[in-house]
Amino acid sequence: MSLDKPYKDVPGTTIFDADMSRQGYHLNQFCMSLMKAENRARFKADERAYLDEWPMTEDQKLAVLARDLNRCIALGGNIYFLAKIGATDGKSFQQMAGSMTGMSEDEYRNMMVSGGRTIEGNRYTGEKK
Amino acid sequence: MARISASVYTSHVPAVGAAIDLGKTAEPYWQPVFGGYDFSKQWLKEQKPDVIFLVYNDHANAFSLDLIPTFAIGTAAEFAVADEGWGPRPVPKVIGHPKLAGHIAQSVIQDDFDLTIVNKMDIDHGLTVPLSLMCGQPQAWPCPVIPFAVNVVQYPAPSGRRCYMLGKAIRKAILSYDEPLNVQIWGTGGMSHQLQGPRAGLINKEFDTSFLDRLIADPEGLSKMPHIDYVREAGSEGIELVMWLIARGAMDDVNGAGKPPTVRHRFYHVPASNTAVGHLILENN
Ligand SMILES: [Fe+2]
Repeated sequence: MSLDKPYKDVPGTTIFDADMSRQGYHLNQFCMSLMKAENRARFKADERAYLDEWPMTEDQKLAVLARDLNRCIALGGNIYFLAKIGATDGKSFQQMAGSMTGMSEDEYRNMMVSGGRTIEGNRYTGEKK
Repeated sequence: MARISASVYTSHVPAVGAAIDLGKTAEPYWQPVFGGYDFSKQWLKEQKPDVIFLVYNDHANAFSLDLIPTFAIGTAAEFAVADEGWGPRPVPKVIGHPKLAGHIAQSVIQDDFDLTIVNKMDIDHGLTVPLSLMCGQPQAWPCPVIPFAVNVVQYPAPSGRRCYMLGKAIRKAILSYDEPLNVQIWGTGGMSHQLQGPRAGLINKEFDTSFLDRLIADPEGLSKMPHIDYVREAGSEGIELVMWLIARGAMDDVNGAGKPPTVRHRFYHVPASNTAVGHLILENN
């Protein structure tokens, strides 16, 4: 029997469930290591060398180096963990969230000030606007 | 005997903490957010709770993927402020209440809720931002706080129903404590928001308004809302709202012990960073 996953048809959304968590374990644990100031400094000094200390997949490492958060999430990253990379870069949560939407920083900020992304047309994949 | 006098509900947006710490609360962007808590700060000063039982979630700070407790009660004498990657927030450490926390753990576990007991844990913005919103920037927090962390990071979070029933068990535990303490229970997180993927920035004001209405008047019905409705309607991080049901389940009226609570304060504002801010104060009668 497979588990019921009713959240698979929510557009633009990856739910961090047990399967994703297993896939992203080392990626997310690498992110956790950035909670220590000395690790942030070491990572910034040589990102590739720091990443190579972790048993992550090459795709995961490349996604981190590219700061491609959507790709990181597809490879098992969770946003609360990935936020440590943004923090290391001096980015706010809003800048990180906005970077995944294809909008510019200003466009995203203006959307939020105008009440955020509407739910209409955003409930189900393939839903007509 | 200890009693629960009131419950407080609030979002715990990290950017709100940063705005306080950087002295930006009077800026036009932030003023409407903080204005919604002016009443609450005054109210808390007058209420003088002896202990705050604070329900929140850890955001991959105290708990990594090494250990993911669904419900964790902090029984330590004090809790340090976590470095979430930006450096620790410049706020006071949190003083716990080990005796009451231990009492609650024992009682609630005997009531079939299998809590994880935590004697060492750093606390993150999920706990410190509500304290900052309600207390401002004091040298020390006004009273001891019992941190109660709920897993909402790895799916599935506990169901709304489970949270609501747990609130009832927590109330029973507090009421059986021998000292005459005035305890408040806070539920934090939400409201609608999504921090990830192309749908990031989702806000659903109709959902949030209905959630506030039902939390006040129909918590029993609201507790039956399935996870998928939170995710679909309130965003992937909107699932944090299940934590509000723990606080609501601890109120007198839903335990056959009194009239519906008085709504002392209600506030809603969009946005704070990526998030809809909601806030309620309910007093037992
Ligand atoms: Fe949160």
